[in-house]
Amino acid sequence: MDSFQDTIFKLKRYWADRGAIIQEPYDLEVGAGTMAPETFLRVLGPKPYKVAYVQPSRRPADGRYGENPNRLYKHQQLQVILKPTPDDVIEQYLGSLEAIGIDLRKHDIKLEEDNWESPTLGAWGIGWQVMLDGLEITQFTYFQQCGGIDLDLVPAEITYGLERIIAFLQNVESVYDIEWAPGVRYADVRLADEQQFSVYNFEIADVPSLWQEFELHEREAHRLLNLFKSSKQKDRFPVLPTYDRVLKCSHLFNLLDARGAISVTERVGIIARVRKVAVGVAEAWNQQQNSEEKAVA
Amino acid sequence: MPSLLLEIGTEEIPDWMIREALESLRTNYESSQAGNLRGSIDLLEGTPRRLTMRVVELDPRMSDLEEIVAGPYVSAGEKAAQGFAKKHNTTVDALRRESDAKGERYFAVVMHKGESAAAILASALPDIIGRINWPKTMYWTGKGGVRFIRPVRWLVALLDDQVIPFEVAGIPSGNTTRGHRVLGSKDPIPVASGTYEDLLRDNYVLLRASERRTRIAAGLGKSVQPDNDLLNTLVYLTEYPTPIRGSFDPSYLELPKEILITVMRHHQRYFSLVNDNGSLAPEFVAVTNTAGDPDGLIRQGNERVLRARFNDARFFWEVDQHRPLPARVPDLEKVTFQAKLGSYRDKTDRVLALACELAEQAGANKLTVQRAALLAKCDLTTDMVKEFTELQGIVGGLYARAQGETEAVATAIYDHYKPVSMDDSIPRTLEGQIVSIADKLDTLRECFKIGLIPTGSKDPFALRRAAQGIVKILFEAKLGLDIQPFVEEIPELPNFLKERIQFYLRDVLGLAYDEVNAVLATRITTLPDLAERAAAIHDIRPTADFEPLAASFKRIKNILKQAQVEQTGQPDPNLLAPGPEKDLYQAFLRACETTQKIAGYREKLAAIASLRPQVDLFFDKILVNDPDPAIRQNRLALLYSLLTEFSTIADFSEIVTQGASA
Repeated sequence: MDSFQDTIFKLKRYWADRGAIIQEPYDLEVGAGTMAPETFLRVLGPKPYKVAYVQPSRRPADGRYGENPNRLYKHQQLQVILKPTPDDVIEQYLGSLEAIGIDLRKHDIKLEEDNWESPTLGAWGIGWQVMLDGLEITQFTYFQQCGGIDLDLVPAEITYGLERIIAFLQNVESVYDIEWAPGVRYADVRLADEQQFSVYNFEIADVPSLWQEFELHEREAHRLLNLFKSSKQKDRFPVLPTYDRVLKCSHLFNLLDARGAISVTERVGIIARVRKVAVGVAEAWNQQQNSEEKAVA
Repeated sequence: MPSLLLEIGTEEIPDWMIREALESLRTNYESSQAGNLRGSIDLLEGTPRRLTMRVVELDPRMSDLEEIVAGPYVSAGEKAAQGFAKKHNTTVDALRRESDAKGERYFAVVMHKGESAAAILASALPDIIGRINWPKTMYWTGKGGVRFIRPVRWLVALLDDQVIPFEVAGIPSGNTTRGHRVLGSKDPIPVASGTYEDLLRDNYVLLRASERRTRIAAGLGKSVQPDNDLLNTLVYLTEYPTPIRGSFDPSYLELPKEILITVMRHHQRYFSLVNDNGSLAPEFVAVTNTAGDPDGLIRQGNERVLRARFNDARFFWEVDQHRPLPARVPDLEKVTFQAKLGSYRDKTDRVLALACELAEQAGANKLTVQRAALLAKCDLTTDMVKEFTELQGIVGGLYARAQGETEAVATAIYDHYKPVSMDDSIPRTLEGQIVSIADKLDTLRECFKIGLIPTGSKDPFALRRAAQGIVKILFEAKLGLDIQPFVEEIPELPNFLKERIQFYLRDVLGLAYDEVNAVLATRITTLPDLAERAAAIHDIRPTADFEPLAASFKRIKNILKQAQVEQTGQPDPNLLAPGPEKDLYQAFLRACETTQKIAGYREKLAAIASLRPQVDLFFDKILVNDPDPAIRQNRLALLYSLLTEFSTIADFSEIVTQGASA
């Protein structure tokens, strides 16, 4: 039986063999692999790109103090972006399942309609949830729009829910019983994380400070976006650091939400505020990409 | 006679779109140029990965067409004639000459060779495919590229065994198909038109939905809860369906069956099973897209997933009990009802007030209604409903019962979303009906106030369903509630509701169009009363006097309209001439007395219909437009009284009478 880390190695190897670069996780808090700039920004513009990375994804509201066997505040996604999508993308994906030891002839695999949308990122796509013997193991999305921009090349985004797949492969009932490495359980590595962050996110996080942080990051994002507009040297403008501010805003919004600090009337407004900076960054990045393209040509 | 075989190979199409897509394919084909090749569609089937159409007995080519083209007049000279002949590849000698009013003229006979079926199909098929109507489409070849439901990956297009050449989204048509993703051949499979279906079967694709359905049904067994919608979903979610049976630990049966069934049906697409006594059995049937499960791995996998789901549900149930429904009322502040309309806390306050008013009118238990309306939305804050949103209301009812609310309150909460469709039943208790009506009425009122009014097919807040729900409850529960006061001050809402009432009277109660209009033209009272009035008209209609009287009412209405009478006093008996005029007046008084004395609408209508001879005679003998203004005015007053007195039941002028022009 492969350990948690063995399975991750195999998936990375599999996609590396198919031309993807292997990235490391993005080093800021994100809610999903989609939010890492390796996806959110790289899917924009006309340049082909293939990348795979594990992204620890934080969803404060999903925390369960380490008490629920299937729900986590932070779970690990293996994110694959293939831009543009190869014609045999589904065959390639099914091959990755074989590569981690799933004999598809002995299992039931179905692709069921599931379209994806992120209002905070102004992004959406068309796709499926991939069901293996009744278990959702992957979200497969053909990106259509990101940051409100129609994409030039349509990428396929393949997001593996690692804990789920590996709990299935190891035939354990609780994610905490997954063998991470020989002799080391998932609980040994992560349980304290789940417990402490649940306590913090639900009970202790200081709401006024979180609001202040949110506003600081938002203000900085707007300052940078305004500078970009008047910038004469757009190609060296720090769009990527601007995006970091967006990620901070998004995470702080999630924290405030989990803390129960966002009222009805505020909620829609806050989502719109985050989307505004996200869309601004996407536009700036797109502009930067296109001007570089021209410079090369 | 040649046959066309078309197979559009795609990535997995959402199950619920396949049947409509096939119909769209048929329509596109028949309305295209290819439709002129006659032929008949003898196979139209779809699976998640293919849409297939076969058309047999096609004309090999279109028939030749002879076109006669008018040319120059002979008088225009030799040059013009030569030019014309050349243009049509002929000689002046071969042109026809015929005379018309202006003189003799040249005509060319041009033969249009009928195009071959292959050529016509090659040019028509890309459009036939591209214009299939999908609820939602995507692009995948790059910005501005073709849009389709999912990427097209292959195309089979054969005229007998010849490939019809064309391209869609960069995919050239060909003669190879694909089998089942896992069980079929790994390589493209060459198709000969005669053996297409067998080839697919050999590669684990059952092309015909009927065959897949039979295969699933055969594996279900009799203790399975019949579920046609689920069956349809699974038919179009698989290419080679094989049902397998699994079980779960009976200890989960402690959870309410509503929750267990929802997990199985909506989240896992399993059929649930019942014991002989009707109780839920700890078993399920999953339909796989495989040839079988010899090692039991798929069964184990599905059982494991279900166990995790049930554990979640049990966990939610336990956690949710820590905070009983009443404690959750303030939490509703954080649940949005609608961005501009505030939270469910605000909605609860409004619904509570409405429900109390309605309860009073309907004679319902006010305490029960109050309590149920207060707690009805609290389950929106529970983990159980966050996870299983389709169980809203039901979970509230189950929790209320578990937390010691009265059975009446629990039932009212449980039922308050009902009816969710025209086929669904209404809440079981009067209190449940009141809460349901108040909830829906509030949604309608508030949405209409801020202009969220459904237009055409756009109805994002399901307001039609809400209105239809109210109407259905009022009719079926025969509630004597007058809801007009709650809607009449809101623009467009009264009419919106009226349309739903009209729909119910016509389509559910089967009343005629004009009978419905006749009662709806009067003030809308309670709906059971409306139904009774319409039914009375329906019953009395075949009697000899009724329709002629209805025609007379129409006449009266026209006379009053022409005279611009909007209101009059009572007719003065002293100004009435003896004979038909006085007779009508007296008959009118008698009928008034009768209709006030008796209760049934049929009897009232019969009394009104008995006026027919006097009305007929009046119009025969009396001229309303008397030169004396006082007499004229008095006659109009008589007619007006007649019309208004009897128009409280129905506006008879709406009845379409035989012989009357429509």
